[in-house]
Amino acid sequence: MINDQFYKRRYVITAIVTTVVLIYIIRLFALQIVDKSTIGQAESNALLKQTIYPPRGLIYDRNGELLVFNQPIYEVTIVMRKLRKEPFDTLEFCKTLHIDTMFFNSRVKEIKDKRKNRGYSQHTPQVFLSQLSKEDVAELQESLYKFPGIDIRKRTMRDYKYPLAAHVLGSVGEVSQSDIDKDNYYQAGDYSGRDGIERTYERQLRGEKGVEVLLRDSKGVIQGSYRNGELDKDAIKGEDLTLTIDIELQKLAEELLTGKIGSAVAIEPKTGEVLALASSPTWNPALLVGRQRSANYNDLYNDPTKPLNNRATKGVYPPGSTFKTLQAIVCLQEKGITESSIYPCSGKGTKPITCTHFHGSPVNLLSAIEQSCNPYFWCVYRDMLEKDGYGEGNINFRKRYELWRNDVMKFGLGQKFSDSDITDQSAGSIPSIKLFDKIYGETGWRAMTIRSLSIGQGEIQVTPLQLCNMAATIANDGYYITPHLHKTDTFLTHRHETGFEKRYFDVVKEGMGRVMTKGTGRYLKLEGIVSGGKTGTAQAGKGKLEHAVFIGIAPLDEPKIVVAVIVENCGYGATWAAPVASLMMEQYLTGQIKRKALKENYERQILNANVKKR
Amino acid sequence: MSRNDSIIRNIDWMTIGFYLLLVAFGWMNVCGASVTYEQSSLFDLSMRSGKQLLWIGISLLAGIFLLSIDWKLYDMFAYVAYGFWVLVLLATPFLAHDTQGSMSWISFGSIKLQPAEFAKCLTALAVAKYMSRYEFKVRGLKDFIVPFVLIGVPMLIIMVPQKETGSALVFAAFLLAFYREGMTGYILLIAAVAVFFFIFVIRLGVVPLPLGTGSWGMVISMLLILVIELFFMLTRFNTRGDAGKYFRMSAMIISGVVVLTYVVCMIVGIWVAIPYEWVSTGLVLLTLPFLIYSALRWRNRDLLILLVFVTFSVAYCYSCDFAFKKILQPHQRARIELLLGLKDDPSGVGYNVKQAQIAIGSGRLLGKGFLQGTQTKLQFVPEQATDFIFCTVGEEWGFVGSSLVLIVYLIFILRLIYLAERQKDKFSMIYGYCVASIFFFHLAINVGMVLGLLPVIGIPLPFFSYGGSSLLGFTVLLFIFLNLDASRVKKM
Repeated sequence: MINDQFYKRRYVITAIVTTVVLIYIIRLFALQIVDKSTIGQAESNALLKQTIYPPRGLIYDRNGELLVFNQPIYEVTIVMRKLRKEPFDTLEFCKTLHIDTMFFNSRVKEIKDKRKNRGYSQHTPQVFLSQLSKEDVAELQESLYKFPGIDIRKRTMRDYKYPLAAHVLGSVGEVSQSDIDKDNYYQAGDYSGRDGIERTYERQLRGEKGVEVLLRDSKGVIQGSYRNGELDKDAIKGEDLTLTIDIELQKLAEELLTGKIGSAVAIEPKTGEVLALASSPTWNPALLVGRQRSANYNDLYNDPTKPLNNRATKGVYPPGSTFKTLQAIVCLQEKGITESSIYPCSGKGTKPITCTHFHGSPVNLLSAIEQSCNPYFWCVYRDMLEKDGYGEGNINFRKRYELWRNDVMKFGLGQKFSDSDITDQSAGSIPSIKLFDKIYGETGWRAMTIRSLSIGQGEIQVTPLQLCNMAATIANDGYYITPHLHKTDTFLTHRHETGFEKRYFDVVKEGMGRVMTKGTGRYLKLEGIVSGGKTGTAQAGKGKLEHAVFIGIAPLDEPKIVVAVIVENCGYGATWAAPVASLMMEQYLTGQIKRKALKENYERQILNANVKKR
Repeated sequence: MSRNDSIIRNIDWMTIGFYLLLVAFGWMNVCGASVTYEQSSLFDLSMRSGKQLLWIGISLLAGIFLLSIDWKLYDMFAYVAYGFWVLVLLATPFLAHDTQGSMSWISFGSIKLQPAEFAKCLTALAVAKYMSRYEFKVRGLKDFIVPFVLIGVPMLIIMVPQKETGSALVFAAFLLAFYREGMTGYILLIAAVAVFFFIFVIRLGVVPLPLGTGSWGMVISMLLILVIELFFMLTRFNTRGDAGKYFRMSAMIISGVVVLTYVVCMIVGIWVAIPYEWVSTGLVLLTLPFLIYSALRWRNRDLLILLVFVTFSVAYCYSCDFAFKKILQPHQRARIELLLGLKDDPSGVGYNVKQAQIAIGSGRLLGKGFLQGTQTKLQFVPEQATDFIFCTVGEEWGFVGSSLVLIVYLIFILRLIYLAERQKDKFSMIYGYCVASIFFFHLAINVGMVLGLLPVIGIPLPFFSYGGSSLLGFTVLLFIFLNLDASRVKKM
């Protein structure tokens, strides 16, 4: 050891070295323990999470007939770097894809624009063209070897076995920004059910996306899977769905309605299962798939006949005389009349509503239903509402009206079926006391004021679906199961009781039976099947032809199907609506149409040449 | 034979142990940084991990050879070897291929060597030899002129024609050894102050003043000079008697004048834009006549030193500004701007540093494990196997691993200091301090750069960075000292 005067300086040097190392350890602590942002940054650097799309669930009809399935579509991808490095015949490439070079150049520019294409890397495949059919890429597939950096990738899109039930099935389209905000399952460019069943059952149908975690180096080149695929997740196929729709029945309904504006709904009353839900005009669901989707959607949107509007669930109409069935039950229940009450069809007290049919007078309830006697139902309605007189400040009358309104709404009218899986419903309207108070003042309205309601006219508005459900409630002697489209027993718990006595339903059903044997429906008897029905011819406003309305039940003693049909602006319910319902009942109950002449005649009658299926 | 026995008996096995530990762990990290996903074997000689293993073998052989020769040879040939190597350094730029702008690499077939890596060792021997001369006595700074020339020559050659600023900067490490040998501590202090002034002038030079014209940089620097001046006046000189009273009074008057000047400037500033930089500089310069007068009156030489300090500080601050804007090359300026937070551009200049911090930070407490680092393996960190190797340590071994490496390094360097102190001859002791200082500088600059505390200066981390020249160079540097240390008994 050398003793010198600077001996103590060893400590200074030791202190300097120690201090620096200490500062670095503190810095390491800050970087590795305190700052947590680096993990995410490292992951987004190195890990490429590639989504694996599951095939969407298939959709079947009630008899197991396949309706909606998936077809492969093709995407042409491009790796920009390879394109640059190797000789590439742009002209020939464009020729095989049947595009022009201008399009090619503008598309390449779009891909390279990092603002529009955030995940851009010149090393990874970028989508050049998407949603191509097998035919579109066939030529390219054969000469793929000529184009380095070009590849063809497969995805799936919807395809339809029948050009039917577009409103029921809905369609699949690209998710919107608000979908992404609401559900973080989605990413831009994903597809989801936009409407109809595809939308309602999106969660079941979509399955679950899988993910493949890949390692990507700083140049964007894939270096294999991360941790031997430990974090990978297989895609889970979407659940298949069986609908309550009978596709044959749906087909018949759509065929019959071709050339008319209107809708037809059929329900199995015991289960609430919707057997057919047709709205005309309609379109082929295959139009809203693939590259042509947005163009076709615009055409449909701009069509003056409004095919996109699902009239069966969204259109509202006065029910007309079909409402008399329900009116009878309510008035019997609320002791306005008895089964044996009789009223004259003409003369004093029957005014102002006159009868449209000629029949004997006075009539009892059964005959009144059979002959659709307007004065009878007006008198019945009046007596029911005036049972307790008008009272102080109209109070008794208004109370009776409220009672009536509640009873009517027990049949599912005036409100949406909120527990149903049918999208896009209207509530319709059973006018409230408030409405009349507002128009006439609390004491200003009487039975006379609202007389039109007695025969299903005036302020009352129902959808064809509600009308059909009303018929189902009558068929069930007083309850209904929420109409629905997914064939599953869980809906049986959605049972709604009206609380009316069965015998009132018997009377009305007997009356409906007589409509089909002696009344307005007598030309539409079904061979070997006793059916019931009620026609309606609802006023559609000044200068317009009436809406034809019909509800039917078959077989009457043990109902298996109820049908409601409304055809807009054409005239008599018996002429325009009843045949559709009758043929549908025949088809559903016997599996075939024997009355071919009836069908062909009806189909030949085109009401509106503008209404055509797209 | 007896010689070898004594070497083995007297060798410092502890240092050998640390050396082997660092080399082995360093190799593991070279593997982590260079192994790709396709590579099958770590021992593949065409890959970096395999090549580095080969260099480790060569280094160990070289180490054994250096231990086995007589220590006197190192002393004897110190000047010759130094002189020869200066010639090699001079010739290098003419023989070298341009490697990313650097002209410091010479190829021998497939092997590339960097003579600069060995210059440190030979300079240390020459410096040690000169300073261990019997006639060498430390009386003042002028005694260090020759040692400064000895380190200045290779430093300049490496910096200018070879364009290796980083390797050249390492020669500043010798200052630490000089300090131990008696060079005044003011040099280190001045170096530290110079760095601070540089940071002030550059960093605050872009922050405009709220009043008048100019930026904070120069104003703060000038005020700092004034504060240092007053501080020295109040503490370093006679604080008793007349002199004490005189200096206390003067300090108060100077402070009063400064405050008054600024107040007047602010009032005048309502009508006229005041150039505060010039005002502040003027105030500092006004104290110079006062210092001269006081020095004469109290016959105090220290006051003249203070005078020199103030004058040079002012000149330095102005030349910093000039040097930064006019002399530094754009890429060097960009690195400093980034470090001082003047630029935040992770995809541009700051990319390397940002990626280095992401890689280290993502290691968390325990790291991702051997060969499991994604950031380094996927080449997000540039120069990951060489200058930025510490990223791999941080990513694969976490906070625990990387602080352990630093602690092992600390013990290693402290051990070298201990060994240097126990030498019985000056030659070995000075050489030992040079070795310790060089290792410390490499560690401090390299890790500081990777951690984003220092500007990006491309120098290797000893025993960790991939590269044969640096590993061999550091091994030679260390093992010569181990030989000197093991032979200390016989030197008596």
